[in-house]
Amino acid sequence: MSKQAQHWEKTRGLLMVTLAIWFVFSIGIFLFGAEMNEVTGPFGYPLTYWFTCQGSLGIFVILIFWFANRQEKIDEEFGFSERGDD
Amino acid sequence: MIKGNFIDNLPKVYGIYTGGFLAFIIIMAIAEQMGMSAKVIGICFVAFTVAIYAIIGWLSRTAQADAYYVAGRQVPTVFNGMATAADWMSGASFVAMAGGIYFKGYGYMALLVGWTGGYVLVASLLAPYLRKFGCYTVPDFIGTRYGGNLARLLAVIVLTVASFTYVTAQINATGTIASVALDIPFQYAVYVGLVSILLCSMLGGMRGVTWTQVAQYIVLIIAYLLPVFWISNKIGAGFFPHFMLADEVARIGELEQQFGFVANSKENLAMVPKGLAGITKAHSAVNATPWAFISLALAMMMGTASLPHVMMRYFTTPSVKAARKSVGWSLFFIFLLYSSAPMLATLSKLSLMDPSLPTGIIGKSVADVQAIDWYQNWNQANLMFISDFNGNGTVELNEFFMGGKAVVLATPEIAGLPYVISGLVAAGGMAAAMSTADGLILAIANALSHDLYYKIIDPKAETAKRLVVARVLLVVIGFAGATIAAMEIQGILGSVIWAFDFAMSGLFFPLVLGVWWKRANREGAIAGMALGLISGAGYLIWVRNGGSGFLGITQLTFGIFGSAVSLVAMVVVSLITSEPNAATQKMVDEVRVPSGRTILGKQ
Repeated sequence: MSKQAQHWEKTRGLLMVTLAIWFVFSIGIFLFGAEMNEVTGPFGYPLTYWFTCQGSLGIFVILIFWFANRQEKIDEEFGFSERGDD
Repeated sequence: MIKGNFIDNLPKVYGIYTGGFLAFIIIMAIAEQMGMSAKVIGICFVAFTVAIYAIIGWLSRTAQADAYYVAGRQVPTVFNGMATAADWMSGASFVAMAGGIYFKGYGYMALLVGWTGGYVLVASLLAPYLRKFGCYTVPDFIGTRYGGNLARLLAVIVLTVASFTYVTAQINATGTIASVALDIPFQYAVYVGLVSILLCSMLGGMRGVTWTQVAQYIVLIIAYLLPVFWISNKIGAGFFPHFMLADEVARIGELEQQFGFVANSKENLAMVPKGLAGITKAHSAVNATPWAFISLALAMMMGTASLPHVMMRYFTTPSVKAARKSVGWSLFFIFLLYSSAPMLATLSKLSLMDPSLPTGIIGKSVADVQAIDWYQNWNQANLMFISDFNGNGTVELNEFFMGGKAVVLATPEIAGLPYVISGLVAAGGMAAAMSTADGLILAIANALSHDLYYKIIDPKAETAKRLVVARVLLVVIGFAGATIAAMEIQGILGSVIWAFDFAMSGLFFPLVLGVWWKRANREGAIAGMALGLISGAGYLIWVRNGGSGFLGITQLTFGIFGSAVSLVAMVVVSLITSEPNAATQKMVDEVRVPSGRTILGKQ
């Protein structure tokens, strides 16, 4: 397999993981919104309510930065990262 | 004080700017103590901030295509994040969002999840690849990846439909705020708003818009957070509201139990002015079905990833790597405001509902409440209304009505904050609506000037001529938007949500598959865009005209149907026609690798 094909395979793997986490916190948990709201979440808010105000939103922020770092590592591994910027 | 080039000095420049703005707020606060009238303070806030944006717009003037279309591709990640956040957070986010949460609770909060979750799709599926492509506009990518003028034209059409729906709402919002702050009729205020918007973008294009958007973000975030923290401290709810309002949320739940949600009769509701609503839904309980919540969130997420005015902000970063990081910063800056909106809604509701607070009005006598200054002001502005339906002389929960905008605009006054804060909030709302309108008008004008005029009609046009066309279009589109806004056809929020649905119906899959599916070809993309847009729009018209809809897809989520049709059409048509030629396949391979020159840079 060529270097480029391997790079793309890893990139696609990372995409799948990223989208899986995204799916859980944007869609998955809200399938159980009513049940989850009975539980007390962080800072004492009802759990589903907390996810909609802060939890999911904050997780998305962290997820994007994590994704960007992982992708940079993949690019470096195959020598595809750009030089002289940032 | 400032040495070296502008980009290296950005933190210093905007640091001074922020300090200057805070000083201005303090001067206004002192002036208020010395007796300056509320009206003059409002005018000062709006005039001062708009003047600053206009100066930035003038300083950013340019005659180069690269600077005009993509700000010279040298906007650093963090600043691009701020600019995107301002570009993104519209008048709707600023003025209407807390109100929506206040009235509709959980069902509405799907928008918070949707309007942030979409950025994960932007970062992982699209932004870095489109940046590598090196295009000026979103249709530029479609036109080059799939080839041919028809694909490019269709992308221009989808972009124009979606962005134009959105921009009228923003011009409407600038008009509303300008008319309140400057005390002029709405029909004129709309054009005052438009001129302010054009001052930022006319001369400098994307470069001008970028640097004004950063300035606008700073104003709008200060204007949103300061009242939230102030009110929270003032009513003793906690010095950091985001972590400390659990008791208040629980208290609202108790009060809801105590007062009960009494349904009003039709005759009574007919007396309530149009656009005002009462509290009829629980504040923190789950009040929507899972599908209602998820479908709205999903539509907003896919719409986010297809809206061109957001995507084109990532064309301005220096590199692919920077584009990815920049999406993270954008969402961080958006998060600061979005996570505060539910807190503002909580504080606002508690201030009004809790009889043990001095500001509480539920349970007080109708005559007393009608004598309160702020009630009279906002009642006159048609944003508040009380009627003693059951004739017992006290205000019940079902007898108090408020407009959605009032939650943001009136809460500072209700909570007894000085007027200077209300002036600041008006400036913030103006900044939010202006920055989004600028991004949208520029997206449309750029697509028409670059893709329609330069690429399709006159490929030999010189740069100077192209930029003249771009500027003329900017003004024409702005005036068209303002004219429609002056007619006041739709509410602010409804048309914003439609824009997302239109964008996802026509553009989501053609964009994503253009990068992630090599087999996608021209015929497939054309079918995907055309059928997606037509079926989405058709569904909307059908439901608006009394159609029953299916699968619980409403007029707010019609993009789910449109994009599903788009996906099926695109895959089927691609597979039954021949695969893209070798040059196109090679191009896709190159897009997937960050290093090397941009695709269009090579041509």
